[in-house]
Amino acid sequence: MNRCGKIFLSAFFLFCFLGGTVQAAPIKIGVAGAHSGDLASYGLPTLAAVKLVARQANDAGGILGRRVEILSEDDVCKPEIAANIAAKLVSEHVNAVIGHTCSGATRAAVGIYKAARIVTISPSATNPAITNGDYPNFFRTIAPDNAQARQEVDFALNVLHLQKIAVIHDKGDYGKGLAEFVKKFIEQSGRARVVLFSGITPGAVDYSAIVQKIKYKRADAVIFGGYHPEASKLVGQMRRKRLRAVFISDDGVKDDTFIKVAGKYAEGVYATGPRDTSKNPLAKAAVAAYKKVYHQEPGAFFLNAYAATEALLHAINMAGSTDYAQVVKALRHEYVETPLGKISFDKHGEAVGVGFAMYQVRHGQYIEIK
Amino acid sequence: MNYFLDLFFSGLTRGSIYALIALGYTMVYGIIGLINFAHGEIYMIGAFTALIIASLLTVLGMNGMAILVISGLAAMVYAAAYGYTIEKIAYKPLRNSPRLAPLISAIGMSIFLQNYVMLAQTSDFLPFPDLIPNFAFMEPYSDFIGSSDLVILLTTAVAMLLLTIMIKYTRMGRAMRATAQDMQMAMLVGIDVNRVISFTFIIGSVLAAIGGLLIASHVGQINFYIGFIAGIKAFTAAVLGGIGSIPGAVLGGFILGLTESFATGYVSSDYEDVFAFGLLVLILIFRPSGILGRSENQKV
Repeated sequence: MNRCGKIFLSAFFLFCFLGGTVQAAPIKIGVAGAHSGDLASYGLPTLAAVKLVARQANDAGGILGRRVEILSEDDVCKPEIAANIAAKLVSEHVNAVIGHTCSGATRAAVGIYKAARIVTISPSATNPAITNGDYPNFFRTIAPDNAQARQEVDFALNVLHLQKIAVIHDKGDYGKGLAEFVKKFIEQSGRARVVLFSGITPGAVDYSAIVQKIKYKRADAVIFGGYHPEASKLVGQMRRKRLRAVFISDDGVKDDTFIKVAGKYAEGVYATGPRDTSKNPLAKAAVAAYKKVYHQEPGAFFLNAYAATEALLHAINMAGSTDYAQVVKALRHEYVETPLGKISFDKHGEAVGVGFAMYQVRHGQYIEIK
Repeated sequence: MNYFLDLFFSGLTRGSIYALIALGYTMVYGIIGLINFAHGEIYMIGAFTALIIASLLTVLGMNGMAILVISGLAAMVYAAAYGYTIEKIAYKPLRNSPRLAPLISAIGMSIFLQNYVMLAQTSDFLPFPDLIPNFAFMEPYSDFIGSSDLVILLTTAVAMLLLTIMIKYTRMGRAMRATAQDMQMAMLVGIDVNRVISFTFIIGSVLAAIGGLLIASHVGQINFYIGFIAGIKAFTAAVLGGIGSIPGAVLGGFILGLTESFATGYVSSDYEDVFAFGLLVLILIFRPSGILGRSENQKV
């Protein structure tokens, strides 16, 4: 045995020894996301998912003999609050973070986790720029926006054969990022024209001016990048002004709150969302576990968060420690069975085997279109 | 040309929404020189009350017009009670303090009411029923101006007229003007200043409640945060037109709404706020007290 090996071996034994003495120390997982405010419906299911998985792990004796402890922090999807929360979680020495919910908040926080060498897995932040290689600590169990934009454009051009498309967004990181990809993909295809590319102000009292502009440009479809409050207001005002253009949107709109608020105007709206995994037995078990505790259907990104937590705990188990480098290596190389299917992460941090499908509102429900 | 008219009417609708809320700001400022930041929240509470009463009455099976009238009245009464109470709790004890104190108190009240409604009701968006019926005679014009747009426009005009008449010709109006000019002198000649101020808050709150009901019905959704954004824009409209002046608030609302609409239509909706606030800066440079505001010596 050479010298290197000896050092490694002794380090290994030393590590085991240390592991033995601090066995009682829990594995701390930070859960950061929107737990209040108008986007709470995207963040709370994640918190519930992490709690359920952690409880199961603890009931089974913990991970590596250590209890899993959860530190939940509310960022209300605001980047400035997310940065504060990230600093707080770092100071509390969390081993990993599940979150954040929104792309803007995640972008603000992920650099802080990177500096502290903390693995971060988001169940819902879909902005493509986060996985451009700057953040080796970042992983996600949801496909990025460009995958979603590709799905929307392919559907609009190949299935609906649309010619003139207005691309509208809410000026936010998520909505605008998505809209820019949609515009790029349409222009690359050369088969349809982007007649209007414009941002609207979230929370404005009235969108009739932009509706008139869409009408004036004779768009036969609107592809909207953003969240459901603006989408329901926009589609409602379009229909009231007798504008029948097809409305296609994203997983920020594929939420039952959209149908509840937009009511009859929601009928016929298309939206992309995570592929339907309700046939997966692990997904069924996860949903059943949620219903047992909360007595209602789990909301958006619940299964993504469930999968993220399972992947994280699995990786810690495989790595045999909460050491940053080992956990990252395990996440990249070990496959794990989750409610989303069998997943692993590529070198950018994207989950392999997770994708989007197109849905349409029919009779007050989102139905997957094959 | 058609497109121009479309944009013009969009701007008019948006402008009358701003104007309806701006009237409340401008009235309170005109009497006691206070910017009532909780006014946007009164508007939101009015909308919530209307929603709760309307849902209740729909379950009881009443017809559309009755629901509109009863939920409207309930919203007005409830909002008026809030306006009256806020003035008594948050502003009256601070009437002789430095100007900054009631302003901070108003911001505090605004944050308190937002969070109160969020906790007592929900943080989610709620659907708001179409309380304003679709008039058959408006059908040919529905491409550019709907029934709800028309109702909002008319309500704003009528509210402005009634307020102007009341302030010019009634006893209470004269008392209000006297209080605005010199509160102590008004007290000396026997005007019950407290009553006048309470009355001002009640009228402002009633207007906010009407606005809340009409606008929520026009937009089709509400949540606890709507008052903040609408309030900021309405406040801008009031300043633009000359805060303290009632026709000024309406004019300011229209100018703001039309600017935003034309900016969206002919330039880009990305820059609507840039144009709206750029205009505000320009007007305040050349007319520091707003378009119809009189430049008078500082009161209080």
